[in-house]
Order: sequence, then structure tokens, then C-alpha cells
Amino acid sequence: MAKSNKPIFWGLFAAGGTVTAFVTPALVLITLFAAFGAGMDMFTYEAIHAFAAWWLGKLIIFGVILLSLWHAAHRLRVTAHDFGIRADTVVAYVVYGLAALGTLMTIVYLLRI
Amino acid sequence: MSERQIQLEVLRYNPETDSAPRFQTYAVPCLNEWVVLDALNYVKENLDPTLSYRWSCHMAVCGSCGMMINGEPKLGCKAFIHEYGDSIRVEPLAHFPIERDLVTVVEDFIAKLASVKPYLIPKEDKPVSAGEFKQTPAELMKFKQYTLCINCMLCYAACPQYGLVPEFVGPAALALAHRYNQDSRDGGRDQRQEVVASDEGVWECSFVGACSEVCPKHVDPAGALQQIKVASTIDWYKEHLMPWVKK
Ligand code: SF4
Ligand code: FES
Repeated sequence: MAKSNKPIFWGLFAAGGTVTAFVTPALVLITLFAAFGAGMDMFTYEAIHAFAAWWLGKLIIFGVILLSLWHAAHRLRVTAHDFGIRADTVVAYVVYGLAALGTLMTIVYLLRI
Repeated sequence: MSERQIQLEVLRYNPETDSAPRFQTYAVPCLNEWVVLDALNYVKENLDPTLSYRWSCHMAVCGSCGMMINGEPKLGCKAFIHEYGDSIRVEPLAHFPIERDLVTVVEDFIAKLASVKPYLIPKEDKPVSAGEFKQTPAELMKFKQYTLCINCMLCYAACPQYGLVPEFVGPAALALAHRYNQDSRDGGRDQRQEVVASDEGVWECSFVGACSEVCPKHVDPAGALQQIKVASTIDWYKEHLMPWVKK
């Protein structure tokens, strides 16, 4: 039996799961605060733009988006299997393809800021 | 001692003569402290000697009395009658072919168990005169829980992945591989990884977690599998990105 190459995707999935578990609730909370007008100078267009223009800001945004995307892709692959869709290879190409596309777009958009 | 009349619905099937499995219902006067296995024994001794099922220890040690009780994988000798209503349905373990009534064909599981080399492969050959292998309590704690497995196969009956993909090596065999990998005296991990880290090995697991829920010995095979995934992922990155690093 050959060793599997699934660790590439599972590694991103596991890391993504950890990141999203921490970041997503925080984002929801921050968005809620912003919606109620709290801490508004932090959430002005200029402030967020400055963060995204800073190299470390870019890297953080990239990391969070990349891992979330690949986590979601792998999750969907497994979910499709659980729902009885047995075309695993096709599903894998579609979901990982979307994640790859999203990753590329993230790079392009971040570099343009 | 209180007694209660139970309708025991038992799946009957003899592949050699029956075209399909069917249910047969027995009225069993059960004592309150009985387990389902006692009820089956009552049937066999008093009502129907042709009923077939496996058991031996009657104390959750031998692992041979696994069966589906009201649809859940359970040990017949650990499932108390008082936890159930007046009608109890008993079927052979899911995902295994039926040999006769509640007796399943277990060769697939035995072969998978053997494939992961579930025995100590010592790092170094040490003559008896060199004395014992010493282990600290911390080293023992790393794998002790996984030694408690009694090979009852409840986890295989609970695992939807095993139901879908019969090639999957499955929870108990992988947890046992992990048990030896984690043992400080063992040096056989590389050999086991050939099976454990394959697609049909740990990577078929999608972390449903049902195995750990049904395990009567609290082995937590699901936990073992996730630890194997982390270790195998680190292996993969080492092998592919840092091939110069010797394991
Ligand atoms: S891991 Fe638990 S459920 Fe699975 S065979 Fe071992 S004792 Fe039974
Ligand atoms: S009879 Fe031995 S485990 Fe139930």
C-alpha cells in the first residue's frame, strides 16, 4: 500500500479549523460592535486600508483567508461523501479548485492594495 | 427480585437455507438485573436451542458478544434490561456479513488487525541477561488507554465510513497500531505506517467519532486516529519538503 498524499489537504484543513474556530467568532463580535457604532475610528475605511496595506497585515489576512478556504474545501469534500456523493475525485477537483482560485485571487487583490 | 416480561425480537438467518433474514420474537421473563445476554441464554436454554450467538466471559472482557441492540452496537453482557422498554430488538453487528443469526463473519477485521502488526517490534534486540525494559509512568500513560481494547468490533459497527468503504482499516486496528507506536520500547512505526498512512488507513477516517461513543472500554479510538493524522502529516511534510532530514 502506498502512503497517502491526503496529509497536504488535511494539514491545511486542521490548521484552518483551528484558525477559523478562533477568528470567526472574533470577527462576528467585532462586526457586531462596528454595527452598533462602537470603536468606530478602528473601523474606518482608512484604518482598515492601512492595515491591509501593511506587509504584516497582508500576511495575516492572507493566512486567515487561505486556511479558511482550504478548511472549507476539505470539509465540503467530506460532507459530500457523507451525503452519498461517491465521485470523490471530481468533488476533490471542484472544491480544491475553488479554494485554489480563491487563494490566487487573495494574492492578486492583496498585492494591488 | 422483580421480573418483567420482555418481547425479545431477534434476527434469525441461516445463509445456507434462508433466502433473507427475518425476525423472531420470544417472550422472555426477565429479572431486573439481567443483561440482554441473559435473555438470549434464557431463549437458548428454554425456548429455542437453534438460536446462535457468540459469548464467553459475561463480564465485558472477551469482546465476543457484540450485537446491535435497538439499533446500537452494544455488548450483550453489558446492556442491562432495565435500561430498555418492554420490547428489545437484537441484530448482528452492522457492517459484517452474517454467518448465522447473531454470529457475524469477522475474518475481515482479523486480517486488518494483523496488517498493522499489533505487537511489540523492539527497537533493539536485548538479551534477557541485559535486564528488563524500563518505562516511566509518563511513558506508560501515553498508550495505556489503547491497551484496553477487547476487539469487540462495536466501533466497526458504529463507523459509517467502514460501512461505506469496506477497505478502511478501521478504528480498533488503527488505535492498536497507535498503541504500539506510542510505546517507548517499540521501533516498528515505520513498518506500520505502510498500512496506517495509506488511503485505506487513517485517511479514510472523517472524524465522525461514533467509534469512541460506543466503545465499551473507553479506548477513544477516534482520538488515537486524530493523533495518527497529525503525526502522519508531519511525516509527509518531512518526507516531501525536507527529504534530507532523517527520521
Ligand atoms: S476500540 Fe473499543 S469498540 Fe473498538 S474493538 Fe476495541 S474495545 Fe471494542
Ligand atoms: S461475553 Fe465477553 S464481552 Fe460479553
